[in-house]
Amino acid sequence: MVNLVMHKALNFFGDIGFFVRSNITDLGYATRMFLAILWRSGSLLRRPSLVLDQILFLGNNSFVIITVSGLFVGFVLGLQGYYTLNRYGSEQALGLLVALSLTRELGPVITALLFAGRAGTSLTAEIGLMKAGEQLTAMEMMAVDPLRRVMAPRLWAGMISMPILATIFTAVGIFGGYLVGVPLIGVDTGAFWAQMQGGVDLFSDIGNGFIKSIVFGVAVTFIALYQGYEAKPTPEGVSRATTRTVVLSSLTVLALDFLLTALMFSN
Amino acid sequence: MSKAISSHLAQPAAQPFTGEVVVAIRGVDFSYNPGERQILSGLNMEFKRGQVVAVMGGSGCGKTTILRLIGGQYTAQRGQVVFEGQDIGKLSAGQLMHARRRMGMLFQFGALFTDLSVFENVAFPLREHANLSEELLQTLVMMKLNAVGLRNARDLMPSQISGGMARRVALARAIALDPPLIMYDEPFAGLDPISLGITARLIRDLNDALGSTSLLVTHDVEETFAIADYVYFIANGRIGAAGTPAELSNSLDPFVRQFLDASPDGPVPFHYPGMSLQDDFEMRL
Repeated sequence: MVNLVMHKALNFFGDIGFFVRSNITDLGYATRMFLAILWRSGSLLRRPSLVLDQILFLGNNSFVIITVSGLFVGFVLGLQGYYTLNRYGSEQALGLLVALSLTRELGPVITALLFAGRAGTSLTAEIGLMKAGEQLTAMEMMAVDPLRRVMAPRLWAGMISMPILATIFTAVGIFGGYLVGVPLIGVDTGAFWAQMQGGVDLFSDIGNGFIKSIVFGVAVTFIALYQGYEAKPTPEGVSRATTRTVVLSSLTVLALDFLLTALMFSN
Repeated sequence: MSKAISSHLAQPAAQPFTGEVVVAIRGVDFSYNPGERQILSGLNMEFKRGQVVAVMGGSGCGKTTILRLIGGQYTAQRGQVVFEGQDIGKLSAGQLMHARRRMGMLFQFGALFTDLSVFENVAFPLREHANLSEELLQTLVMMKLNAVGLRNARDLMPSQISGGMARRVALARAIALDPPLIMYDEPFAGLDPISLGITARLIRDLNDALGSTSLLVTHDVEETFAIADYVYFIANGRIGAAGTPAELSNSLDPFVRQFLDASPDGPVPFHYPGMSLQDDFEMRL
């Protein structure tokens, strides 16, 4: 009986050790791949069309969902902001509240979450299916490095697309907040825009939000690419990898947001 | 390699290889993981210039592994895989990439890039490795497509063509750089009789036209014997038999006979090895 308990306890600690070790190994492997992709990015300067094609694929195709989502988030912010500010007689600050919420937090974070769902999953599925169809192996056999030809253009496209999409999301969100706050509820137009203009700082608010969106773009795109590249080359493997992309990207974006916010906006 | 392409390659080969044996496999042992089943053991083979050489054997006997070893995707645990005088297992990553430019490989299901048209699939290796003008590239790709009879399918996407056509596009892509070695992984699998005949004829004709060496991994006896110069049969990770198609057709070797006559039982057992039928049933009772 004692032996059995000891055996189970040892197995339990062994499993924990294996879990920690395999995750650290994965992290090290992913870091090496990330650096290898960056190292191989130089050739993109000679062939920028590879990146532009991917920006069209990742960025353009995410445009509609980002715009519509931004508008609705702006509507909700306008409504909720007005109800809260109205209690303290500060409804004139509605523009400032909407703009700060969007530029600092909601713009980059929600865009990254939507980007993970829309573009990240398609990236993982595309790379995973390329692997399953031996396209990546075929490329290697043609002496073409898949990290340089397939992964690098997509990583840079994600890095470039995300801040642009976050900017669009924020701008449309502010417009949504304006539509609800000013024409619908009746907040003064001048106060709405003037408070926003006076309270939003170009560097600490818009600049930091912009940096966040670049960091999220790198994280989401790389997670999607890595999951696709390391997917088991079977339908089940690709499906699992796609799910992992959404889960890991979302958690990473939220964790990074906390870290970046603590770094950027603390005294 | 034709002068037209080799003179435009980003890094042309320093010294053209002139030896007779293009690929030599010497005493190769291979298993996927140390301690696991040995896929190849003490394997010796030679592939000579200008020949179409077939590697045949049952499923899982290690035929495709041989292609992967030559292509440098796997490394042998023991022995040497020599391509144009270079030990593939000892090449640096850069040298391996350089060696691969002199190999063409046709994958079992074509492995065409699904986001590129037929034309762009064939143009892919040229765009990546040769600094050609668009006009010259156009001409070369059309010549390759013409050689496989698909000049007029250039604008189609891989999803719009049949399996047999995809195999021919992949063949045109494999020969885009006029490689001295062309490897075919199950080129006849799943093809209808017409496509099968066309593919077999193309392999022979292209090999002769380019002066290349072709290495064919296949199960299909009839088509292979019609085009191959030499055939290796693999069994238990070693050469089970080897010879010209005529020699093997007349062979009385039980393994060769089982394979050629498609007998269900023989040196290659029908039942997966393990417990005997009697022992198994007794245990269950």
